[in-house]
Amino acid sequence: MKKLLVFFFLSATTLTAQEITFLKADPLLQIIERETDTVYVLNFWATWCGPCVAELPAFEKLQKKYASQNVKILLISTDFRRNVETKLKSFVKRKNLQCPVMFMDEPNPNDWINRVSPDWSGAIPATLFVNHRKNQRVFVEKQLSFKDLEQLLLSIL
Amino acid sequence: MKKTFSLLLPLLFLLSFSVPPTGGGYAVGDTAQDFSLKNVNGKMVSLSSLKKAKGYIVIFTCNHCPYAKAYEQRIIELDQKYASLGFPVVAINSNDKDVQPADNFDNMKKRAKEKNYPFLYLYDETQEVARAFGATRTPHVYLLDQNRVVRYIGAIDDNSEEPSMVKEKYLANAVDALIAGQEVSVKETKAIGCGIKWKKS
Repeated sequence: MKKLLVFFFLSATTLTAQEITFLKADPLLQIIERETDTVYVLNFWATWCGPCVAELPAFEKLQKKYASQNVKILLISTDFRRNVETKLKSFVKRKNLQCPVMFMDEPNPNDWINRVSPDWSGAIPATLFVNHRKNQRVFVEKQLSFKDLEQLLLSIL
Repeated sequence: MKKTFSLLLPLLFLLSFSVPPTGGGYAVGDTAQDFSLKNVNGKMVSLSSLKKAKGYIVIFTCNHCPYAKAYEQRIIELDQKYASLGFPVVAINSNDKDVQPADNFDNMKKRAKEKNYPFLYLYDETQEVARAFGATRTPHVYLLDQNRVVRYIGAIDDNSEEPSMVKEKYLANAVDALIAGQEVSVKETKAIGCGIKWKKS
């Protein structure tokens, strides 16, 4: 029985690390622009970006707290493509990230940065909050604490 | 005098609101202020001290950032090609040394020596130059003409990860246009970069 429990524990935490979705610009923009009741929080980050990694737990906490209010957080990685298998996957597993992680699979950010937000210079971390129902969007280009994140989310809910 | 002042007052009022909402920095067409920063060889450098320059390829970059590292060789090659044509690379590191020790002055000197940088690598310790330009990330390019008028802002090219897959050499195209005395066709682009590491207040 004990062995069985250990097995279940392992399968829940390590064996079922999430698959990373490869995201193109069009589907990304659909998430931002299509009409839906889901409130999206899109965080652009990379495994090598210190401030980005530091704020990830706050996003995880926010997702847990607001899941029942139709809030969905997507962690969109701008790592290099060659590092997806070698670094990104193991990072997601090691940190046991529960928010969906996507890899931004477009070589030229100039094609899509302005469509995420004209206010985005391209620096990461960067986060976009979208509430279609209320036609509200907030964009921030800096590291956020849980308190900052919650305040920004509540401002558009 | 009183009359002049009362005429000026509304003008001043208007001006105070004309600052761009993004917190300042230069737009294409603005004239950049000269600055004086310490180069990795210990000497102070200003743009006006580069007597032969017909323009300046100002690149905010740094040691540690993977996007900046990915462009390091391309920045060396840009200087090798364009410095002799009057457009030297002026690389500036504005990251705070306490937030990112890999980018402190000693490490800048070390990296410049290891890679034999042919270009100036300046230390913006107070971060005033990055703020004046409006630089937010590394790498972040500002191409200036001889009169320090900003003619291009943005990315070096359209593929940070794979130099061999580059289709648009935005910066090189802009420099070529200036050399040919033509209008720069793509004046502004954006790229993903590491946010500049600002001092903790």
